[in-house]
Amino acid sequence: MTWIWSNLDFIWDRTLDHVVLSVPPIILSFLLAVPLGWLAYRFRVSRGIILSGVGLLYAVPSLPLFIVLPFIVGTTVRSPLNLIIALTLYGVALMVRVVADGLASVDRNVRQSATAVGFSEWTQFWRVEFPLAGPVLLAGLRVVAVSTVSLATVGAVIGAQSLGSLFTDGFQRGIQAEIIAGIIATVGLALALDGALVLLGRLLMPWTRSAPSTAARAPMRSDKEAVA
Amino acid sequence: MIEFHSVTKRFPDGTLAVEDFSLVLPSRKTTVFVGTSGSGKTTLLRMINRMVDPTSGSIDIDGADIGTLAPVKLRRGIGYVMQNSGLLPHRRVIDNVATVPMLQGTPKKKAREDALQLLDTVGLDRSLANRYPSQLSGGQQQRVGVARGLAVNPNILLMDEPFGAVDPIVRAELQQELLRLQRELGKTVVFVTHDIDEAFLLGDQVVILRTGGLIAQVGSPAEILANPADDFVAAFVGADRGKRVLHLESHSDGDVLVDADGRLAGVLAGGTSPSAAAGAQTATEETAAPEVKAGPFAESGAPAQGGDPR
Repeated sequence: MTWIWSNLDFIWDRTLDHVVLSVPPIILSFLLAVPLGWLAYRFRVSRGIILSGVGLLYAVPSLPLFIVLPFIVGTTVRSPLNLIIALTLYGVALMVRVVADGLASVDRNVRQSATAVGFSEWTQFWRVEFPLAGPVLLAGLRVVAVSTVSLATVGAVIGAQSLGSLFTDGFQRGIQAEIIAGIIATVGLALALDGALVLLGRLLMPWTRSAPSTAARAPMRSDKEAVA
Repeated sequence: MIEFHSVTKRFPDGTLAVEDFSLVLPSRKTTVFVGTSGSGKTTLLRMINRMVDPTSGSIDIDGADIGTLAPVKLRRGIGYVMQNSGLLPHRRVIDNVATVPMLQGTPKKKAREDALQLLDTVGLDRSLANRYPSQLSGGQQQRVGVARGLAVNPNILLMDEPFGAVDPIVRAELQQELLRLQRELGKTVVFVTHDIDEAFLLGDQVVILRTGGLIAQVGSPAEILANPADDFVAAFVGADRGKRVLHLESHSDGDVLVDADGRLAGVLAGGTSPSAAAGAQTATEETAAPEVKAGPFAESGAPAQGGDPR
């Protein structure tokens, strides 16, 4: 415990490093997954290709990927950029299927009625299908966030400073408290990001909370229709 | 005026939904397509706003071939109301109504003001404007659906079984509202239903369809009832079973109208004995002829539907 108290600054700095490494991949993987997921949802041909592609991507072991990436994208081996790219790839691998499933989950009636009243395909995607897929997208993004935070610790092995550094350093120097501090900080960070996403979801999707709680507040609702 | 010229629709799976269909739908009148499932009635409706394009043949609106018009622009000029309202669940009632005018470039403030007025028009209380569709009853949702259909002030209103999913009492109320709206607004309404009573109630022109979009008979409700073209039509409207042949029977409780099966069909207008009215109510669904007084909805304990009925 004394190690933790005397190294709070160090733990805090590594936490910040960890945020810098893991937040950009979460955002980037979401941005990349939306068009890819749409392609997978929209066309039968691209669906098979894209979904098996991202499935395979996730099967690539992380450590070799970190080492191979610099040769592919031309960064230096120790650049944090490698890690960000690798984590983004894993995030995309998880998220594309979620986007495709989320878009497919949108009620067919709603989709048809939007077309019928004159939404263009582009407007309909952004104003109808994308927001209505929101709850599914959020669920997927939460998994991506937590898994990215956890995966980012591996970067310490290739020298990218993060909360993972507490593991490697703790092992090398035999400081158990450091390892425990690393675990707690990683879990804490994951929970914090997860909570932030939930809050963001509530803010952006107010309608998802309105449905169940307000049946009682609708005085003119008849029993018969409430059942239907 | 909407004109179908030898329209045929064959779906990619080979189903022949509509075959060589020709018909004129007069302006400012209500035309009802009625038929069982598979009769192509919804396909016919959806061809009018190019949700479905015909395999051959053409459709003209006021003389212009809609095949030459951009679908999105065409749809924005035509009102559309569907079963289960089809409202956007993530938009508030007022935004649902204001959406299409805003897509067309109406400023948000103006679109919302118009939307509030439309809620008045369809008999919904303005206090519902900021609710989400899931917070409304089925009947209220359908009213919002109608308000949305009217939002662009279209000449044509397409209605695809709009009252199919609400209970009979609310349905009767919505049908009366539609009749009132139609008297006030005079749109060219195209209405699809499988309920012949609804067709006779709402239609100026009723089109009875058989499988494959073939016209069994076209005419006013009176023409069809008086002279069913063939056995199919007679069976469809219930004339063969004597459902439409009513006679007066005197009961101890008062006079009631009975069909050939002996089923209660209603009471004569003016026959105001309360017990007779109650008897008629049990047979609400059987009533169709206008001179027959239907169950008194106002007193039947129906749930108040969004504001006072006008």
